Amino acid sequence: MKANCWMGRNSVEVTEVPDPKILNSRDAIVRITSAAICGSDLHMYDGYIPTMKKGDILGHEFMGEVVEVGPEVTDLRPGDRVVVPFPIACGRCWACEHELYSVCENSNPNAGLAEKFMGHSPAGIFGYSHMLGGYAGGQAEYARVPFADFGPLKVDGDLSDEQVLFLSDILPTGYMAAEMCDISPGDVVAVWGAGPVGQFAVVSAYLLGAEQVICIDRFSYRLRRIHEHTGAEIVDYEEVDVMEALKEMTAGRGPDACIDAVGMEAHHPTGPIHAYDRAKQATRMETDRPHALREAIMACRNGGIVSSVGGYGGFVDKFPMGSFMNRSLTMRSAQCHVQRYMRPLLERIRRGDLDPTFVISHRMPLEEAPQGFELFKSKRDECNKVVLTP
Amino acid sequence: MNRHHDPITKRLADLLGWASLGLGATQLAAPRAVCRLAGLDDSALAQTIVPIVGLRELLHAALLLGVRNPIPGVWSRVAGDAMDLTVMGRALVSRDSGRRQRATAATAVLVAITAVDLYAATRTLRRREGGEHAMELHAAITINRPRREVYRYWHDFTNLPRFMAHLESVEVKGKTRSHWKVRGPVRWSIEWDAEIVEDLPDELIAWQSMSRADVPNAGAVHFADAPGERGTELRVNLAYDPPAGKVGAAFAKLLGEHPEQQVRDDLRRLKQVMEAGEVVRSEGSPEGAYAIRQVRQRPAQPLPVG
Ligand SMILES: NC(=O)c1ccc[n+]([C@@H]2O[C@H](COP(=O)([O-])OP(=O)(O)OC[C@H]3O[C@@H](n4cnc5c(N)ncnc54)[C@H](O)[C@@H]3O)[C@@H](O)[C@H]2O)c1
Ligand SMILES: [Zn+2]
Ligand SMILES: [Zn+2]
Repeated sequence: MKANCWMGRNSVEVTEVPDPKILNSRDAIVRITSAAICGSDLHMYDGYIPTMKKGDILGHEFMGEVVEVGPEVTDLRPGDRVVVPFPIACGRCWACEHELYSVCENSNPNAGLAEKFMGHSPAGIFGYSHMLGGYAGGQAEYARVPFADFGPLKVDGDLSDEQVLFLSDILPTGYMAAEMCDISPGDVVAVWGAGPVGQFAVVSAYLLGAEQVICIDRFSYRLRRIHEHTGAEIVDYEEVDVMEALKEMTAGRGPDACIDAVGMEAHHPTGPIHAYDRAKQATRMETDRPHALREAIMACRNGGIVSSVGGYGGFVDKFPMGSFMNRSLTMRSAQCHVQRYMRPLLERIRRGDLDPTFVISHRMPLEEAPQGFELFKSKRDECNKVVLTP
Repeated sequence: MNRHHDPITKRLADLLGWASLGLGATQLAAPRAVCRLAGLDDSALAQTIVPIVGLRELLHAALLLGVRNPIPGVWSRVAGDAMDLTVMGRALVSRDSGRRQRATAATAVLVAITAVDLYAATRTLRRREGGEHAMELHAAITINRPRREVYRYWHDFTNLPRFMAHLESVEVKGKTRSHWKVRGPVRWSIEWDAEIVEDLPDELIAWQSMSRADVPNAGAVHFADAPGERGTELRVNLAYDPPAGKVGAAFAKLLGEHPEQQVRDDLRRLKQVMEAGEVVRSEGSPEGAYAIRQVRQRPAQPLPVG
């Protein structure tokens, strides 16, 4: 089959690889009909996620048709159409029983490796480094899906791929980011990052009752897209001072909750500060550049919540602990517990509360994945979200 | 291999670690005072070097206090001492009389410290005396299943090869006797008979190899209720006493460089079997959790057919 493989820093290639086969009795093989490129893929593309290996198949946002099931998979059958959640979860460990699917205790065969980096191991993830399992990803014609009797969501034919594909990751992620804000009436929520994850966080914050949502980025086409779709306020951080703007908009209080939907490769408008963090990152003295997170903490109102869904890999520098501690902030974070949100969000899509397709800017065949990565990384051609079809 | 160090060596390494931490912090915080004490306060160079030496001391401290194996920390201190003695030797020559006195005193202290470091360093190289097991391994895990079920699963020793990576088979030969076979490197296999020496239902199973085993060994597994309905806490102790020579070497190779990691991985596989139904595999780690695989991954691509 054809698959999009990581070949090193800034390099992916669509090559011929063996077809997947069942390795565990709870596996299914899925023929992929749609797959997307995610901001998290860029962290690997840019070489910031450790334990990648040349030839790794990327992709953790995908859906398709079941073509084969292992003997223990009784509720799926060849022909079923499924969306696959990106965290691999067994459904039976303590974490899974508590709906903490992205920290499933059984799905990472390389847990020992992850423990060295993080103390304890999170769940395995498709196409997301060897530290997180060494699973082949879904930017391919076929994928093996472990725990297929538990994770995948069956969807009927009346909804299009594009309507349900993002249930695999970014829609639940944006939703979880907003849910972690404990939104109550009158709340103002600020979202750093107008990428697809940030955009879904904005949509979800409104769904959950926010009074006002403010989205911060420097790409006006992205800000425009979310403003047109939801009416959110937008702030271009290259035009104005974000702290000042937020204080002005909230009459000095600061947003009640701040969402980091940027992650470890944040950009900083002040050249020297950006250079400082880039240099430290390049020499691995810090692995992550947390500008947005730092700013989210500083901006949040006293006693507020910082909800961080931006992807991080290792260590950050100059974490404003003083502000965080003295001002009684709360921080919440996670790789999304996707399985928790898939069904309720599918219902919302069906009811028409939500139309996730608005984030898509590019549709391409799988063979063009390398161009897709380049466009999505450089933000050229107003690239917002790329969907690949094998 | 996890060499065992006696408690005195470990305690000594700890003390040296704290000493390095104190000295390093002082050198960083108050380099001038340190220079004055050592009779080097007339040298501008010394004032810049002292904080650097302070950083080095912190490195010793990190190694001694942060790493379980005392060898790198203690030997790094010996190397540091050699550096410091060289510097002080040079300094002695070119000091005026008041400063020379202080420098001499500082050098004397340094010599004494070096002696302690050397003593600790040679201790780390001693092997543990015979009579005790040369290698003891410990690991623990929580399994989200009832204690009785976990106990029963383990009690049937024929299940062990399902999650213990290096075991080829265990054959049960009677109420307490069993025959164990270990997968050796190339056409090697090591076998022995074992006997259950203690068995408390739902609590403890202990076994021991019988007298003529090539590699005398023993093991015990404890089962306890995890708090708050979290299932079972399982703790394993294993001890091996590989003989000198060929068998011992083959056996050591089998356990690999990180035997404790291997035991932890074994328990992870047990947890997977008990909770998720079987050992979980990925394209990069097709055998599942497996110590050697952690460092030598295949690419995350389906395996070639065949
Ligand atoms: N927690 C999860 O489960 C989860 C799931 C999916 C994605 N993610 C993470 O979410 C993040 C965003 O994903 P995406 O697909 O939207 O990526 P993206 O690259 O399309 O979007 C990131 C956006 O952040 C903006 N940005 C950069 N620096 C900024 C700053 N200082 N202030 C404000 N905005 C800034 C960029 O201009 C860009 O528009 C990534 O880090 C990704 O790894 C996490
Ligand atoms: Zn993603
Ligand atoms: Zn689980």
